[in-house]
Parts: sequence; structure tokens; C-alpha cells
Amino acid sequence: MMGYQSPKMIVETQTVRFDSLTLDCGATLAPVDVAYQTYGTLNAARSNAILILHAFSGDAHAAGIDHEGKPGWWDNMIGPGKAFDTDKYFIICSNVLGGCRGTTGPSSINPATGCPYAMGFPVITIGDMVRLQKMLVDWMGIPRLLSVSGGSMGGMQALDWAVRYPECVVSSIPIAATCRHSAQQIAFNEVGRQAIMADPDWNEGNYYGGKPPARGLAVARMIGHITYMSDDSMREKFGRRLRGKDEFGYDFSVDFEVESYLRYRGSQFVNRFDANSYLYITKAMDYFDLTSGHESLTEAFQGVTSRFLILSFTSDWLYPSYQSQEIVKALRAHNVDVAYCELPSNYGHDAFLVDVGEQTELVRGFLASTFERLRP
Amino acid sequence: MTAAAVDIRHRPFVREVLGRSDYAIIGEIVEPSTKVLDLGCGEGELLEWLAQNKFVEGRGVEISVAKVQRAIARGVSVFQGDIDQGLADYPNGAFDYVILSQTLQETRLPLRVLREMLRVGRRAIVAFPNFGHWSVRLNMLWSGKAPKTRLFPHEWYESPNIHFLTVQDFEDLAAKEGLVVERRYFLAGRRRVSLLPNWRAEVAVYLVRR
Repeated sequence: MMGYQSPKMIVETQTVRFDSLTLDCGATLAPVDVAYQTYGTLNAARSNAILILHAFSGDAHAAGIDHEGKPGWWDNMIGPGKAFDTDKYFIICSNVLGGCRGTTGPSSINPATGCPYAMGFPVITIGDMVRLQKMLVDWMGIPRLLSVSGGSMGGMQALDWAVRYPECVVSSIPIAATCRHSAQQIAFNEVGRQAIMADPDWNEGNYYGGKPPARGLAVARMIGHITYMSDDSMREKFGRRLRGKDEFGYDFSVDFEVESYLRYRGSQFVNRFDANSYLYITKAMDYFDLTSGHESLTEAFQGVTSRFLILSFTSDWLYPSYQSQEIVKALRAHNVDVAYCELPSNYGHDAFLVDVGEQTELVRGFLASTFERLRP
Repeated sequence: MTAAAVDIRHRPFVREVLGRSDYAIIGEIVEPSTKVLDLGCGEGELLEWLAQNKFVEGRGVEISVAKVQRAIARGVSVFQGDIDQGLADYPNGAFDYVILSQTLQETRLPLRVLREMLRVGRRAIVAFPNFGHWSVRLNMLWSGKAPKTRLFPHEWYESPNIHFLTVQDFEDLAAKEGLVVERRYFLAGRRRVSLLPNWRAEVAVYLVRR
């Protein structure tokens, strides 16, 4: 590790407004705001830009410390000397379309009505998110990205980028991702959505200015958290330990540590996430299927030219390794340059966020050799 | 002129690459700016060397997670999987060379591997330890036990080698499969062997095509 303590990078979210974006569903959003952060410096050749793509509940604040003192969601991966080295690369991260952290989403004001869109927001796709990111990158004057990278839903976007804009993507790093949601993944999302919609405070999505569906959203998040962990990591972290008591309460207050943790994470989430965004973004993930319109995944990857580093984790049962291997196989059928590793970890799907030691070395080496090859 | 550019076919000694004489021969065989697949590539040292010295576009297959990690960290594109998996996905003729260095004797179905190598690659480079070396023959004759030599140092129950082959065995198989042997190299340490290779070669390196 580094021999000195680098000064904390204080970061700020910026916003750019685009006139309009036509969506896969046929609707047009106008205008569209995109919230983003950047770290590092774009070089003169504009060849060192990397787009980081956040997962379901992430936002533009990927690295550094914001004004509230909160570190970015991938601060362990992005920064001086880290895997995405801000001394070498120019890093961009934006909040996804449909989000609630500065980019236009269901909680944004619909200019036609002067009220929040709520359920009047059009249904969006991963492809729509990517097309909006492309508008941001074009607006920044970057012709080609050295890499697009993210975990989970961010990995789906990294794949979509490589298929949609092959000429603009030198390399892609999808981590713990899939080319299409499985029945199990759709099922968990549907339970989360139903939890929100079953909360009377949801009120058909019209709760802005009133009481949000906090209970429904918290339950949805609790389910999510279970799927992000593994049997091992939960046993290690909580076991059957009781919370603040030596014996069972024989009631339905909190007995176990794991209950306390889930309740805490659920209630925390309500403060930073919009329930309608939950509905729209999970739907976009469920719709994602790179093979749609193609006979096979192999055919979908026709024309892909990017280099790939694909990573999965042994204990990730939400986005199991077979899904990454399916992508690797299809890319190899085109003899695309793809490196793949299933990293050992007990942390389940969360591994890409928390168990980053080995991931760091792989990403660092992959990016360095990709950047090296760009030079004549 | 670099060491690799000198034709070693006519030199009695091989200058080792990365401490290995078979790598020196592979480095000599591989033409510049070609596409290479290395099966059982370990930590990717050979592919890295070929990329830097021969400007090849390299890919590797390796089963060990730790080795795959070190290979990717050094910028080599490696797929974590076994050799069968590593070959099956590729289209015909995807590579100029498919390399199998000191691993043929460890594969479960060597003939299938060899055929697959020549499907995805135009040429195959196969290096293997020669079980016909005199030290192996004498060791077995005298001890009456599974041979243990410098080349084959493992106890029979710990050995990764599950198919023992000699130089003559490989020649026979190549003939039976109708393969064209474009080049053959025989090594004893760093010394090149030409006379009685099935007795004297410790390691053989073959360049074959269909």
C-alpha cells in the first residue's frame, strides 16, 4: 500500500441538462438532467477517460468525500494509486436515468404539469440509461472511453455500452453481472416492488410532498440486502446472536442481530432513496436482455471490438458465475479479447463493493495493459 | 539482433527464455504479430514475453485461480477454466498457434486436446517431457517401481502426469493422425540432441499442423 496518507479528495456533484431523450418505450423525456462527478484529469489526447457505472441503489458519488463527509460508493476502488487510479485516468460517474440523486427520474418535476412525474414517468430500460450516458460523454468531448466498468446493474450497462457503441469503448469491465435477468432475479425484484406497492402510503405513486411509503421501501431493501449477502457472510456477521438481550423476548420485537441489521438498513435506505425510482430501475433491470432481437447471445456480440475483463464471485448466488461464464463463452466465439476470473469470496454479491483486494490487482493490471496498447 | 531472432536450429545450446529452454524454442518458432493461445499458461509469463518480443496477440487458459489472477494483473488475457472448456468456445482457425507446454501428459484426453488445438489453431506447438529418456528406463528397470527422476520427480500417487508418452509415441500418433511435423526439437538441459532422441531427449518440442 501507499507509504503516505493522501489528502482526502473532496468532490462535488454537477448537473448538465439535455434538451430531450427518446426512450425505448417510444416516449420522449424533455428536458433531461444528468448528475455526475469526475475525478482526475482528462489528458490532451482525451484517451484516459473511464466511465464508472453504478449499481441499483448507487449514485454519481462514486469516490472521494462529499460535503457531508460521506465517502463514495466505490471509494476503495477509485482514487490516487487505487485500481481506477485518478493520477492516471479521468473518471466519470453519473446517476442513472430514473434515479433520485440528481438525474431525471420519477421524483423530478414534469414540466408539462409542474408536479413530480410519479407513475407518469415513462418506463425506462438499461439501454435508455446508456444512451443518456453517451450524451454526457459526447458533451464532455470524449470520443472514446478507455473503459466502462461497473458491478451488478453497472455491469449490465458496461455490456450494453460495448454492444451499442463498440467504436467508443476500448475496454469493458462488467463485474458480478449478467446479460439478462433470470427468473430468480426478476422474482426478487418483483417482491420488492410488491412490498412498496402494498404500502398504503405509496398511494399509486403520489406521495411526494406527503408521507413516503417508508415501510414498503424498507421491506424491499431488507429483501435486497439478503440477496446481496451469502449464507457464509451472514453466519459470520450475525450467526444466531441476540441483540441486546441474553434470552428470547417471546414477542415480536427485535431478538436477533440479523433482524436488527436488516431493520436498520431498511430504515436508512428510506432516507436516501425514492420508492418510485425503486420500481422503475428494478423494472429496467428485469427488462434487460442483450439477446433480445437476436438468435443467440453470440449473435448479439457480433461487431463487439472492446477488450473485456469479466469477474464473478464464488459466493454470489444473486448473479452466479454461470451468468458471467455465458458472456465469456459468447465473446470467445468471436475471438474477442476477454479475460475472466471467478474470484474466491464469502461476501456474496456485495463482494464487488467490499472485498476488493484481488479485484484491485486485476483491474489495475488490465487497465494498465489496455492503456499501454493504445500507444502507437 | 535479439537472441530470439537467431535461428537456434543449428546451435548446440539453447539460450533459455524465462529460465526455460522449451520457452526459448517456442519463442523461436512463433512468428511475429501472430495470434497465440497458450493452454495451461500459468501466470502468463510466456504470453507476456511473446507480446513484448514478438508482438503477438495472446490469450491464455489456466485452471488455477491464483495463477489466473497474477496473469491478468500483468495484463495478459486469461480465461479461468480447464483446457477442454478453454478450447471449445473458439471458432475454427481462431489462432495462428496453440501452445501446450509440458501439459499434454497431464490432460485426461490428450488426443482430443490435440485435435481441438488443431481445430482452433492453424498450428500446434506441443512440448512434453520424454518418458523414453534413458534415466527413466533405467530407473524403472532397476528399482522395479514407478520411475522417479529429475524430469519426473513425483511419487506415483502425487504425480500430475497421468499419460506418459515418449518421443516415439508422439511420432507414432502424429503419423496415425496424418499430422505434418514441421519442426521437432529435442533438448537435454540446455543442450540440443539430434542422435537417438528417444533415448537422450529430456524434453521434446513439436510444431505440427494438419
